[in-house]
Amino acid sequence: MSQATLKIYRYNPEEDAKPHYDTFTLEVEPEDRILDTLEHIKGYIDGSLSFRRSCAHGVCGSDAMRINGHSRLACKVLVKDLDAGEILIEPLLGLPVLKDLIVDLTPFFDHYKEIMPYLVNNDPPPEKERLQSEAERARFDDTTKCILCAACTTACPPFWSNRRYVGPAAIVNAHRFIFDSRDQGTAERLEVLARPDGVWRCRTVFNCTEACPRGIRITKAIAEVKHAIETGDLTTFVTPVEEE
Amino acid sequence: MTQTHEFEVIIVGGGGAGLMAAMYASQGAKTAVISKLYPSRSHTGAAQGGIGAALGNSEEDHAEWHTFDTVKGSDYLGDQDAIEFMCLEAVQSVYDLEHMGLPFSRTPDGRIAQRYFGGHTNNVTGKPVMRSCYAADRTGHMILQTLYQQCIKNGIRFFDEYHVMDLLIENGAVAGVVAYELATGELHVFRAKAVIIATGGYGRIWEITSNAYSFTGDGVALTLRRGIPAEDMEFFQFHPTGILRLGILITEAVRGEGGVLINDKGERFMERYASHVKDLASRDVVSRAMYLEMREGRGIGGKRYLYLDVRPDTVNKYAEADGRTRPDGSLYRVTAQEILSKIPDITDFCRTYLGVDPVKDPIPVQPTAHYAMGGIPTDKLGRVVVDENNTVLPGLYAAGEVACVSVHGANRLGTNSLVDLIVFGKHAGIDAAKYAQGASLQPLPDDPTAYTQETIHKLMTGDGSEKVAEITRDLRAMMFDHVGVFRIEEGLKEAQVKLEELKERYQHVCVRDQSKQYNTELTNTWELGNLLDLAQAVTVAALARTESRGAHAREDYPKRDDANWLKHSLAWMKDGQIVLGYKPVTITKYQPKERVY
Ligand SMILES: Cc1cc2nc3c(=O)[nH]c(=O)nc-3n(C[C@H](O)[C@H](O)[C@H](O)COP(=O)(O)OP(=O)(O)OC[C@H]3O[C@@H](n4cnc5c(N)ncnc54)[C@H](O)[C@@H]3O)c2cc1C
Ligand code: SF4
Ligand code: FES
Repeated sequence: MSQATLKIYRYNPEEDAKPHYDTFTLEVEPEDRILDTLEHIKGYIDGSLSFRRSCAHGVCGSDAMRINGHSRLACKVLVKDLDAGEILIEPLLGLPVLKDLIVDLTPFFDHYKEIMPYLVNNDPPPEKERLQSEAERARFDDTTKCILCAACTTACPPFWSNRRYVGPAAIVNAHRFIFDSRDQGTAERLEVLARPDGVWRCRTVFNCTEACPRGIRITKAIAEVKHAIETGDLTTFVTPVEEE
Repeated sequence: MTQTHEFEVIIVGGGGAGLMAAMYASQGAKTAVISKLYPSRSHTGAAQGGIGAALGNSEEDHAEWHTFDTVKGSDYLGDQDAIEFMCLEAVQSVYDLEHMGLPFSRTPDGRIAQRYFGGHTNNVTGKPVMRSCYAADRTGHMILQTLYQQCIKNGIRFFDEYHVMDLLIENGAVAGVVAYELATGELHVFRAKAVIIATGGYGRIWEITSNAYSFTGDGVALTLRRGIPAEDMEFFQFHPTGILRLGILITEAVRGEGGVLINDKGERFMERYASHVKDLASRDVVSRAMYLEMREGRGIGGKRYLYLDVRPDTVNKYAEADGRTRPDGSLYRVTAQEILSKIPDITDFCRTYLGVDPVKDPIPVQPTAHYAMGGIPTDKLGRVVVDENNTVLPGLYAAGEVACVSVHGANRLGTNSLVDLIVFGKHAGIDAAKYAQGASLQPLPDDPTAYTQETIHKLMTGDGSEKVAEITRDLRAMMFDHVGVFRIEEGLKEAQVKLEELKERYQHVCVRDQSKQYNTELTNTWELGNLLDLAQAVTVAALARTESRGAHAREDYPKRDDANWLKHSLAWMKDGQIVLGYKPVTITKYQPKERVY
């Protein structure tokens, strides 16, 4: 047991003219998840502290927030993972804050829907499964891991400055279908992504890749989509170059 | 201000079962899905290991074998007509998922990959069979994503972050539901001809659980309060391998890939409890064996946990001892790389939460509360049946973990929940739409939100001398001790007394957050009320059943007793007390036999 101090962003639209921070000090174990500390505060100190959560082990995407300035899932960061000293907890950036750590996800899901996030295949299905080789399946494996937590898009400077940009999460999900050998919607999807608010807003800042709790190589996926738009080539693997 | 909406079919819950139902209901009726979470946050996304179907892609397999294994796994409490239906339908359902775009892992010849799982066998040799269709160790995630994507494609209407609090029944038929909108704190009345409840399970009753915070049994609790019984509540599955203390699940697929359980003496103790299939015995069998080992002082360091060992050397050693071969007949051998590629998420959980690398160190595990076999009684079409004679309540459906068809009986086999969601979600959707076409909307009661408003008001104005967090903590610890893997009369009676006390304490809680928007303190408090009701049903049904069957293990009645107990329990809530009734099990081809693995 040791003590931790959490400084948490607070905003209740029914009471507060503007946001403020509250500080809580509590007993913690080094292995406690940040989510555990928030639950403790809500349960024992201040019931009005509001945040989303469900699975508590990094698979549902509910509790993305900024922890010491980085977009993270509160259930995937342990107290011992952080430097000693005050822990700063804030809502994701770039989306309207509704209450405390809860942001309005509507714009995020709207962008997701823009890229046609579903398999398009108009051939009558075979009696059994469609065949796909192990290599074809591996081609888009990484981008199937996305849990739509919004950590990437809300860590993206181009998204902060232009919320019409579809953002990394939408591109990741487009990638998942563009490189799926069974899909026939590639042309249409690439057309959406080639628009001014599509992939070209990406400045290869790498914040998204750093933020992704699923370890998806997002910048690489985006580079592959850019390459596909430019060349129509869906087979080459692209390694993005970090911009200085 | 209460808003009223009108639909033909309302689906409560946006997990695997709810989304599957939505896909099919929307083809014939005006449909909407109401979910307290964004659908993509549903617990189906946490399912790891796979979905069972006898595709026979890697070796011979048959739906009849799947049927028999499920009947046996259920300890003969499953209804055999429903099980047979599910196992036959499973095959087409998995192909349907593939056609919808689900990225299954693949065999070298490009077909859906399958792996071993507990209790699934070749009925001729008795050896494990590869029946679990998987997408790495995130099969549930891929099912949830794929179904959500298809719902978007089909323009399904969603009400996200709406918490359903009441079910309206008029003239003996469904009239709709009442939901609390989290973003505004407003109540909404959804009129509907048919309502499909797909709200998932209630593992949050127990201290160590694999279940999400949101798994609070809302669906069963709200039907109980409306006079509908809950079936087979005494049967709750404890999965053998939860991460020590946290309860986070380590899928059975780890043992399917060759991992073994090891005690403090370094023994692979499952050899002594299930000499044929060993670590791949049914979950109830493995969890009990683990408890017995720990009780004998063979937990690691004498403590209450064991090791799950999936290090390549260990896997290869026991694979050789078992004579395990690959489909081509060669000896089964794995490398660290192969293991990591099959269980990437498990590896990530172990590294994140335990600082353990599963190919280098054994994983400390303990049984974790996992799956509700019991729930709202339904028939094969998902229709809710409300008494011993299986009388249908017109317009009401349930599917997924919330329902009890019963295909899992006293113990569910791994991979069979995902099958259940897909098969019965689909049929509930189809039948609800068909029903809605011939039915009219029921009138609403005079004040449809009266019960909900009153209850919210009480929770917001209580005297506050008790804390929700403390009652929740005490409930979970108490249930884990007394109504866990092993049960005994004294413990169950004590649990009953403690539950009365906890319910009394619950009368004194107060929601301190008085705001309307995103009042999650209110919804958490409401959910605790549900857990308390369900814990009571579980405990009373468990005390009454004086035999051991599947997941219900009575130390004072260690034998299965078919003469007296081959029957489903039904629990009604009357004036705050549980009243029990029973109904027969449907047996078609398979007469009960002793269950040996
Ligand atoms: C860690 C883990 C691993 C598993 N692995 C496997 C596996 O490999 N194979 C297998 O077959 N099974 C597995 N299972 C079991 C299986 O995943 C679940 O039983 C199944 O996903 C439940 O699906 P569902 O659709 O019934 O519920 P869920 O997917 O949980 O959906 C419930 C829905 O109901 C909504 N809801 C709940 N209450 C309300 C309310 N009051 N108002 C409005 N909406 C509400 C929620 O928002 C959610 O959308 C696993 C379970 C866990 C926990
Ligand atoms: S790509 Fe990663 S960070 Fe972005 S939404 Fe998906 S899981 Fe979250
Ligand atoms: S609570 Fe599900 S990702 Fe953190």
